[in-house]
Amino acid sequence: MASKKQQELDGAQALIMTLSSLGIEYVFGYSGGAALPIFDALETVKSNIKFVLTRHEQGATHMADGYARATGKPAVVLVTSGPGAGNTITGIMTAQMDSVPMIIVTGQQVTWMLGKDAFQEADIFGITIPIVKHNYLVRETNELPRVAREAYHIATTGRPGPVLIDVPKNVSQSPFTGDLECEIDLPGYKPEKGFDIDSTCIEEAARLINLAKKPVILAGHGAMLSGAERELMEIATKLDCPVTSTLLGKGVFPETHALSLGMLGMHGTAYANKAICECDLIFNIGSRFDDRIIGQADKFGANAKIIHIDLDISEMGKMIVADVEVVGDARTALRQLIPLVEKRKRPEWNEHINGYKKKYPLAYKKQGGLRMQHVLDEINDLTGGNAIITTDVGQHQMWAAQFCTNDESFKWISSGGAGTMGFGFPAAIGAQLACPEETVIAVCGDGGFQMTLCELATAVIHKLPVKILVLNNHYLGMVRQWQELFFDNRESGVDLIGNPDFVKLAEAYGCKGINIKRPADVRKKLQEALDYNEGPILINVECIKTENVFPMIPAGAALEDMLTEPPKYKMAKPVGST
Amino acid sequence: MARIITTTDKKPKPRPDIVDGHTLSMYVNNKPGVLMRICQIFARRAYNIDSLVVSQGRDPRFSRLTLGISGDPAGLTQIILQCDKLIDVIHCFEHTPEDAVVRELALIKIKAVSAERRTEILQIVEHFGGKTVDFGESSIIIRIEGASDKVDASIRLLNNYDIVETVRTGKVVMARGEQVT
Repeated sequence: MASKKQQELDGAQALIMTLSSLGIEYVFGYSGGAALPIFDALETVKSNIKFVLTRHEQGATHMADGYARATGKPAVVLVTSGPGAGNTITGIMTAQMDSVPMIIVTGQQVTWMLGKDAFQEADIFGITIPIVKHNYLVRETNELPRVAREAYHIATTGRPGPVLIDVPKNVSQSPFTGDLECEIDLPGYKPEKGFDIDSTCIEEAARLINLAKKPVILAGHGAMLSGAERELMEIATKLDCPVTSTLLGKGVFPETHALSLGMLGMHGTAYANKAICECDLIFNIGSRFDDRIIGQADKFGANAKIIHIDLDISEMGKMIVADVEVVGDARTALRQLIPLVEKRKRPEWNEHINGYKKKYPLAYKKQGGLRMQHVLDEINDLTGGNAIITTDVGQHQMWAAQFCTNDESFKWISSGGAGTMGFGFPAAIGAQLACPEETVIAVCGDGGFQMTLCELATAVIHKLPVKILVLNNHYLGMVRQWQELFFDNRESGVDLIGNPDFVKLAEAYGCKGINIKRPADVRKKLQEALDYNEGPILINVECIKTENVFPMIPAGAALEDMLTEPPKYKMAKPVGST
Repeated sequence: MARIITTTDKKPKPRPDIVDGHTLSMYVNNKPGVLMRICQIFARRAYNIDSLVVSQGRDPRFSRLTLGISGDPAGLTQIILQCDKLIDVIHCFEHTPEDAVVRELALIKIKAVSAERRTEILQIVEHFGGKTVDFGESSIIIRIEGASDKVDASIRLLNNYDIVETVRTGKVVMARGEQVT
């Protein structure tokens, strides 16, 4: 029932009160005309919500993303209509691709102007349909609390994802006369079914596991999101089965554990890829068989049985047709599986893989210039692998994935599916706000950092001790690597000539900046940066310009065609995937 | 059996026997934008929507969609699952003529001709259980209803006359027996 007090609210206030009651802690955003009533409500409604003004809407989405990946809880992005909403697209897509919960509230023109090309009007509802889990265009003020509750529920349950709420200005500023405590109404959405798993699938999976002589567990983001760390450890040790993880699954199984193979796929470890090629069972727990890990689909696991656990039934058979498909929550499935699988010791299989670990270690040279691998290896050593690492996309990301070992979930924050440059630094701001006590390191390339560097102001204002590691090779390194290997080393559109002096740039924002130019300085200067906690610090590292990432599986090639070193012959252009 | 797809059911087996002419029925929220969400999924994977019928359900909060789809049957299973995943989709089934009644209706306008030929036309119409719904000086309009192949056959025969235009409703489907549409 609406009390007298509630009747004095406007829609925007009802929206903010609802978001606050749902436990929203942070709103990242950028103001504008159509969102004026909602921004005003941030001031007039007493709540625990903290607002962070970013310098670009894309930054706001990545901050909410970093916050959510570090905590598992969604944050809100609040922007205005038209260009404000449009600038969130990359960030929403990034969240959708990597199953990150997020609530995006966009201001909108008044309802009677919609479709009339009014000022700053954009059909953000229509634009974002393919890149959200769900979205709303709210036309009735009294519906705002229900929509906000539904958005929160949808974003955080089942396979998480972003939900956008488009709020026309007249809807947000009209009087609210409804019920703040209204019920959600989602007859087509039943995430609880994910916990009700078909026992015949579990039994069949157990049968295949018990038959396997050379199994490999492939742990993905889904295992992490379901909180299956303990169950994963239990089943891996019970089966004495090596575990490889996807890029987003890093940390769900401790990477320093003897059974860990690290990351698999295009730039994964050679031993993980070899193990996948030679195993007789691929036991996928919560990975969607991304094209970056399977390479040529028809050769992936060609000689192995495949078990696929995924909460999202539409992932079944999308890339790989498994022998057993278990639709449901990974943790629930593992709990049901563990009593059915037989305890084993596999000295031969593990010894065989350890042979590959010795033969193909992740290695780099410390002489002849400064390498990104060296910096990342030192960072990992100095932080004991305990820092939250965020990354952009490219060579630095792959080396970070290789050299920064994660023993815990939610400490590796990287744009996987979307491959979004400019993600790392704002995501680090979100993660640092979420985890003030943690060391947060944004590992960026010089290309990606320049896409969202305006958020230096945000980091400085909030005195966030984010370590911004700019691994600067003055190139778009990964693209250059492809041009070197597949396009006769013809460089096209990769030379970042004109890079600013990043230290001076940082100082212009009031941010501390230091340079690392010699391998001998790496450890000392990184320690200096780690010890500085009064605000953000930018570490510009002048790296070798033309280093390449190995191992490498050319896009669309089979895992067995992996290169562990620069090829001695001319490579054909990859045709599969990108 | 129709292919019932809900979040916990086993994935349906692909039906490579059906090359084209897949008939899907969906029960969806009766809200703006729902059709956009569904159509985008088909367009992205290059499936063509041959026919589409949308109408309010018995419960006005919901709508019924019947889609006629052609395209690679191998990918269709995943598309059905992706549609079913949409928050606004309550359920999505594929139906075959064995497990469901599939009907459509066509209106066919034919230029007025000699009385002799007109009799021929009316014989064809009678054979297909159709009706003349407009009898004008310059043209007649015929209504034919039934399974799509029957409608096809009637139009094929009437092609011998001077057809001005045809309008087809597209397929509507209802599952037989206990099965939900």
